[in-house]
Amino acid sequence: MTFMTSHPEESTRVVAEPVSREVERVFRTERQRALATLIRLLDGDFDLAEDTLQEAFAESLIRWPASGVPANPRAWLVSTARHKGLDRLRRRARFGEKQRVLAWTTPQFEEQDLSRLEGGYDGELGDDRLRLIFTCCHPALAVEAQVALTLRTLCGLATEEIARAFLVPVPTLAQRLVRAKQKIRAAGIPYRVPPPDLLAERLDAVLCTLYLVFNEGYAATAGPALLRVELCDEAIRLGRLLVELLPAETEPRALLALMLLHHARRAARLDRDGELVLLEDQDRSLWDNDEIAEGLALVEECLRSGGARPYALQAAIAALHARARTAVETDWRQVAELYRLLLGIQPSPVVELNRAVAIAQAYGEEAGLRILDELESSDALPGYHLLPAARADLLRRLGRTAEAASAYRRALELAGNPAEQRFLARRLEEVEAQICNSPQQSGLQ
Amino acid sequence: MEYLLLIYNAESDWAALSEGDRGAMYKEYYAFTEGIRQSGHYKGGNPLQPVATASTVRVRDGKTVTTDGPFAETREQLGGYYLIDAANLDEAIGIAARIPGARMGSIEVRPIQKM
Repeated sequence: MTFMTSHPEESTRVVAEPVSREVERVFRTERQRALATLIRLLDGDFDLAEDTLQEAFAESLIRWPASGVPANPRAWLVSTARHKGLDRLRRRARFGEKQRVLAWTTPQFEEQDLSRLEGGYDGELGDDRLRLIFTCCHPALAVEAQVALTLRTLCGLATEEIARAFLVPVPTLAQRLVRAKQKIRAAGIPYRVPPPDLLAERLDAVLCTLYLVFNEGYAATAGPALLRVELCDEAIRLGRLLVELLPAETEPRALLALMLLHHARRAARLDRDGELVLLEDQDRSLWDNDEIAEGLALVEECLRSGGARPYALQAAIAALHARARTAVETDWRQVAELYRLLLGIQPSPVVELNRAVAIAQAYGEEAGLRILDELESSDALPGYHLLPAARADLLRRLGRTAEAASAYRRALELAGNPAEQRFLARRLEEVEAQICNSPQQSGLQ
Repeated sequence: MEYLLLIYNAESDWAALSEGDRGAMYKEYYAFTEGIRQSGHYKGGNPLQPVATASTVRVRDGKTVTTDGPFAETREQLGGYYLIDAANLDEAIGIAARIPGARMGSIEVRPIQKM
């Protein structure tokens, strides 16, 4: 029934609302896809595609009130922008600028695409967004450039917004984008979905970039705010897109689940004063149940069909936390076991650190501390504040307050985020107070 | 597009290879070159004499100044190159990865700028 009624509503809305609002809606819903197609039709000229699409939107504001909103607004925009783009390329050629070899597309292909687009056919063109994702996340681009380009072209974030999110000066970020676009063209990075023999490797690079964007939003490495929800939202949106475009792959689904399950805790991660609240102390009623339900369903699907792959295992761990109604109900043995499996396929000292924390919860602080001490003596994580922070926590719980205090001090030196620094400083104060009150430690034996 | 594949290796690593290993490397290079010749990617290529044979030339105020050795001392030295024709960077990277020297040192993939 809801499906039946939604159609008349849609069409009356178009008539009733001012065209400018309709343009705004089209801008929001179609910009990304139009841009992805346009970049291909304009032979990989990102700037030209962005500029001419902007102009096409401006033109639609003038034309549509008189002519009405076209049946397929995206096709109109792509076609209008493409003509503007080709005009400009021709003019450039006349003024003696060297014409590039049109290597990406053949003219017949374009005509075919456009007629399909105008006819509303969408099958193959959905791939343009996928092409854009793989091009933006090409491993020949520096990771910072991949992130900037992804947020700029796929998410439509302004250069200033991205600069602010990553705390770099606007000119630096603008320069990063210019260089990346230049490299794509000059080095011949193809605008395509990688062939099967490269797909797995390149998909890893894409997932890695998405997760990086998410993590920067989830736990900012520097700056006043611990959370930058807008970055998390963008990463999740792109994750959804990747799942939609690559339905046969399980890892994008697992990454989406992982992001959703973490993101679901956002309201509980900071208290009213903006201070960090640890997982065990969070008010779980503040967790987003819809996101958790969606994440849990995705995890199950991934584990069933894809098996123990890196993002699936991480998502499964997040799922164990999400399922526990209270911190004490957490199945820490299972968490530790999943970290052990993850370590097997993705050996990393950070994973080992997480496993140690789970071991401490499941089998006692001493057992966890043994792993952490080994990590520290091997110097595998120099400068990583969470290692001394985790050690400090276990030492504190074991009552070894003097050692805990020195580990907290070390963590405090290394932490870059003010919210984390304040949290560590609070804990340090607590253990220092205990040292003062304890006759043993104050030397009054 | 044309790409120059610059092969960087530590000459000391190369010198440390046994006679047999070096012979095997030569054979591999020969097979690789033949392979890209037949596939139509090959446009040129040569190994270079050791860096000890290099001279650096500068012209300052119209005067030619020649010095011994390379411009900069690095751990890896340019030891050879291929000029190839490839559809795009992915194909160029795929070819570069098959150069035997990629396993010992590194290959720089540089697009040729058309004049």
